[in-house]
Amino acid sequence: MEVTSLQNGIIIDHVPAGTALKVLEYLNVDPARTKIALIMNTDSKRLGTKDIIKIEGMADDRIDLDVLGLVARQATVGIVRDGRIVRKLTPTLPQHVEGVIRCPNPRCVTSTERDIRQGFHLVTVGGRPEYRCDYCDEEAKF
Amino acid sequence: MASQTAQDCAALESQLVGKSVVTLDDLTTDQISLLLRKASYIESNPRRVAHACDGRILATLFYEPSTRTRLSFETAMLRMGGHVIGFSGTQNTSVSKGETISDTVRVVSQFADVIAMRHPKEGAALVAARAAEIPVINGGDGGHMHPTQTLADLSTIEKRFGRITDLVVGLCGDLKFGRTVHSLIETLCRFGNVHFVLISPDELKTPRYVIDRIEASPSCDYEEVHDLQDVIGRLDVLYMTRVQQERFFNEDDYLRLRDTYILDADKMKLAKPTMAVLHPLPRVNEIATEVDADPRAAYFQQVYRGMLMRMALESSLLGDPLPGFSQTQEVQA
Repeated sequence: MEVTSLQNGIIIDHVPAGTALKVLEYLNVDPARTKIALIMNTDSKRLGTKDIIKIEGMADDRIDLDVLGLVARQATVGIVRDGRIVRKLTPTLPQHVEGVIRCPNPRCVTSTERDIRQGFHLVTVGGRPEYRCDYCDEEAKF
Repeated sequence: MASQTAQDCAALESQLVGKSVVTLDDLTTDQISLLLRKASYIESNPRRVAHACDGRILATLFYEPSTRTRLSFETAMLRMGGHVIGFSGTQNTSVSKGETISDTVRVVSQFADVIAMRHPKEGAALVAARAAEIPVINGGDGGHMHPTQTLADLSTIEKRFGRITDLVVGLCGDLKFGRTVHSLIETLCRFGNVHFVLISPDELKTPRYVIDRIEASPSCDYEEVHDLQDVIGRLDVLYMTRVQQERFFNEDDYLRLRDTYILDADKMKLAKPTMAVLHPLPRVNEIATEVDADPRAAYFQQVYRGMLMRMALESSLLGDPLPGFSQTQEVQA
């Protein structure tokens, strides 16, 4: 695959610099089984530096914008068909996410109780959006 | 509230039946006001409510030791004619064999009518409430929530002032880790018209998310200060807290801060004659014992008010009416 000539697939732009591999993990994209080009720590007018992820052959309904909003809220998604970007998507911050991230609080009940589905809800603290554990209210760490 | 109809009041009552209380956000301000009125009624009419919960069983599932809270929940049920089962500490229970909270409360749901639970893990009460078939009352889940302590605090303030609004409320000591402080601030903000004076060292300042709650309440505001002596004369309520050793990784930091904010008779001389001193207890040395005899000391009364509020809460969640209590009459009074 040539980096500059994605034919059909998805471009995730404006990914926070250095986090592209982590974003792929949260999106459940296996780099060992997918045609992927990663451009990391490249210059960005908007962010200073950024990562770009290009995934050949990925259907646009396979990308979970809720999860992307959670881990890379300023990212943009371009849907590429026949070498052209035909649609642009922007992730929105989901009000609630389940089964994506684990609570980092060692005192949280989810660290010991079996069979609990981890959930996080969106709150605004000091004017900044953040995700808090449904059970202990600890802030999510990515 | 004064404009509430009998129908509104009945709806308020019925919304509480079968409900779990994990955090005070589970209750509306109208429901909290109803519980305050019920507690007041129970105080005046102990004999009339002595059989309100006849035949009911409260299960106290205390996964870690507690003196006041467990005895308060249990006494509340016993004073209304109900019975109590449960455990304190997990030795000799299925928990020590690895049983989950969910399974334990499902089992206990087959025996009891209401559960009061304390657990060292944060969020444990929510797990229990989701699994149980009967109401669960959170008696403290680690450093997270302790809603009935806040109900006790509100009832004590209301008893002293006849209101829980239009007050200057000082909170002193560990405002960073103190769950009772956070819950009290957040709940008072829901009722509004409170000026908070947050008195703590920089290391133990109120967290941002609690300050956000004050700032989001248009009729509340706050100031952060270091010195109790400078502000005590302006306070209607002084809520003292314990600086807990287990919150510190470093013993030197604990010893340095522990004695920073001690309330003694000399400081009380600077306070208003009507100021109420509250403390969630147990205290270590942050309130000198010489203050106990001062009529402004409200912390033992606070324990009593806690029991009254737990009586009001337990009977309400069970749907057991308090004989002679009429909401509409109380509202009009």
